[in-house]
Amino acid sequence: MDSTLALQLTIQGILLGGIYGLIALGLSLIFGVMGVINFAHGQMMVMAMYVSYWIFVLLGIDPYLSLVIVAAVIFVLGYVVQSSLVNRILDYPEAIQVLPLVSLGLVLENCALLFWGPDHRSPQTALSLKTFWIGSVMIDVSRLIAFVLAIVITILIFVFLKKSNIGKCIRAAADNRTGAILVGINVDRINNTSFALGAATTAAAGVLLLPLMPVSPHIGHDFTLTAFIVVILGGMGNLMGALVGGLILGVAESTSTLFLPATLKQVVSFSILIIIMLFRPQGLFGGKK
Amino acid sequence: MIRFYLFLAIIFAVLLLLPLFLDNYILGIFVMIFYWAYVGQAWNVLTGYTGHISLGHALYIGIGAYATTYLALTFGLSPWIGMFFGGLIAAAIAFFLGFLGFRFGLRGVYFVITTIAFAEITRLIVSHIEALGSFTGIFLDFNPSFWNFQFRGNQPYYYISLGFMVVSLVVVRLLETSKVGRFMVAIREDEEAAQALGVNTFKYNMIAIAISAFMTSLAGAFYANYIFYLHPNTLFGMSTSIELILRPIVGGLGTLFGPVIGSFILTPLSEISRAYFAKGGLEGLHLILYGVLAILVVIFMPKGIIVYVKKLLAPILKSKIT
Amino acid sequence: MSILSADNLTKNFGGLMAVGNLSFELEMGEILALIGPNGAGKTTVFNCLSGFLTPDEGDVILEGKALVGLQPFQICQLGMARTFQIVKPFPTISVLDNVMVGALSKEKSTADAKKKSLEIIEFTGLSSMTDKEAQGLPLPLRKRLELARALATQPKVLLLDEVMAGLNPTEVDELIALLKEVNRQEISILLIEHVMRGVMALSQRVIVINYGVRIAEGTPEEVVQDKEVIEAYLGKEFLSAQG
Repeated sequence: MDSTLALQLTIQGILLGGIYGLIALGLSLIFGVMGVINFAHGQMMVMAMYVSYWIFVLLGIDPYLSLVIVAAVIFVLGYVVQSSLVNRILDYPEAIQVLPLVSLGLVLENCALLFWGPDHRSPQTALSLKTFWIGSVMIDVSRLIAFVLAIVITILIFVFLKKSNIGKCIRAAADNRTGAILVGINVDRINNTSFALGAATTAAAGVLLLPLMPVSPHIGHDFTLTAFIVVILGGMGNLMGALVGGLILGVAESTSTLFLPATLKQVVSFSILIIIMLFRPQGLFGGKK
Repeated sequence: MIRFYLFLAIIFAVLLLLPLFLDNYILGIFVMIFYWAYVGQAWNVLTGYTGHISLGHALYIGIGAYATTYLALTFGLSPWIGMFFGGLIAAAIAFFLGFLGFRFGLRGVYFVITTIAFAEITRLIVSHIEALGSFTGIFLDFNPSFWNFQFRGNQPYYYISLGFMVVSLVVVRLLETSKVGRFMVAIREDEEAAQALGVNTFKYNMIAIAISAFMTSLAGAFYANYIFYLHPNTLFGMSTSIELILRPIVGGLGTLFGPVIGSFILTPLSEISRAYFAKGGLEGLHLILYGVLAILVVIFMPKGIIVYVKKLLAPILKSKIT
Repeated sequence: MSILSADNLTKNFGGLMAVGNLSFELEMGEILALIGPNGAGKTTVFNCLSGFLTPDEGDVILEGKALVGLQPFQICQLGMARTFQIVKPFPTISVLDNVMVGALSKEKSTADAKKKSLEIIEFTGLSSMTDKEAQGLPLPLRKRLELARALATQPKVLLLDEVMAGLNPTEVDELIALLKEVNRQEISILLIEHVMRGVMALSQRVIVINYGVRIAEGTPEEVVQDKEVIEAYLGKEFLSAQG
């Protein structure tokens, strides 16, 4: 086995894993606060990618710079979705909640298809093809920037949740919904904010992903599944778990190409998923419920 | 009760005679109405009646399609026979999935994700098997004959598809009134209480998933010989898994006629919007309509449209006897 | 002759001992009450008896057969049925369909099960609700339904978990009469109860547990005067105030 190749792949996996972690962070936040599994998660990310793409094409603003705007747009989208749809299904049994969210994903995916057609789109940004070398390992600049920003955003979110008032309310509502209501927290508003924040986080991940990967309407559900795998791997509702899980999955997928064709990568991810669900269902960091 | 059976008999008679009056294209729409009603019914057995949600049911369609086709291409086996082997394979895989879910405790959302994972893994693996067409898929030669399960024109497919749908209704009706079906419903309603009343929940969960898988895979065999093209992304893909659940949900989850009603509403909608809008470049609109409808139904009419259909038909069906 | 016996039953949750070395016997045809303050471990005992929990130590014998390690449905099929403290009806199906699930675990044909179910529905006074959806029933009738379903499994031993909770005095009296009738049909009953009126009226013997261990046993009259029992329910201060 070529150790340089293995190292190369591992690093690539880590870099991508940071983004995976960010996507999963959004999903985990939504689950942690509301107990809802957002089956439309990947499609929201795709929406963000398209918004970012069009901002770049029409206004010339690089995705990394428009990130905050895109996140804000998707924040609003998330808020609307939560208050009009998800709110109504909060008390439904877990498995039934799946249905409207899957349908939402279907709607978002086909809206993208309707508006922007089926072709893959990739912005040719200034940094698109730049690489640099550390020893014998090649690193994409875009990938590195994406990783760094992903970590920064993750940390910002951790800090936000820990220190800010809203953050504390969110954590309270996640911990004990009834208790939160009893101390006067407007749980509806918190739910809306949490969902919106989760969506925005994922949107950020999408924007970071855009320079690395062309966007097309149908890539959404693959990312929803990836987010699931990471969240289950790290532990549902555990934010640190989402980050670590993302890194682990990134590396696992990447290094699997040493033994398997790249197109079978996901078999590895799904196998990890099933093994974790069977043998450690609470995830690597989840406590026993 | 008698009025209701009379009503059904009339509808059935009408459906039997329709091909005499309709052109081939419209017949094709009906083929799909019956097809999706059948598949939805098969899924209904596991999800509507027993309460375990599967978002990976395309797995069984794919198994049915590929197994039948492989046996036909390699051994010249008629799909009429091949489909039962496909069904057995589907049931076996369902048993495996069922084991993970019902014995190893992957329940609720974990079960849903497992069903997705199985379908996706199979899709990816089949995409790499040369003998099954790999990434290109398999194109079937057109050799029409009854034995080959291939026919000219939509009329024969219409009757076969109708037959499947009717048989599924009979099977599920028998299930509903039998011990097996009652236990399945009990599991859906409250699995723990069912255990306390002497129901071997593991056994009946496994029966449910096996029946559901077997039935679904027969549809795959039909599909392969109707469309003449197999591709893993269509047959095992998530879009198929999602498509097949929409009709029972909209029509009425866990009811006998829910999938049928749902299909009679959604399938023509899909065909019309696909034909009408796709030409104008509005591709995907029909799926948006589907999705919105499904969301609205789950939120505002969780029991499905069948509730309104029943109200509508009540005056016609009210029996003078009781 | 004892029909059900628990021998040295012990169940721990983490570091907490919920039930400790509990032994008792239910005589054939007897009504035995299991009482104790909240959190005493009574429902845990039931769960261990009916297979919903596996005890860490001890045996449970029903008519000579060992029950530990069996699944709840197997124990029901062997002749011991239970109800739940918080009733668990099958909500969206009718009362008749609810009871038929119980009946079908013993009857071979659906027709026989239906006949049996209607008899039991009549017996438990639910006839007017036969075709109503279970979730539409008020609490007292849901409790009846819970009882009817359990009876439909043709049990020899019935475990009733706080079946009188939430009922008004008239409802309690009706249920007492019903349970006496059940007992007359040679069904032995072990009941967890807080409603003392029911305990006094029904049980021939009472066992009191607290913190998972037995603290008293005897006739209802003996037990309510037992010092330890009073202390368990009302506290040391009360006892010393009494002198």
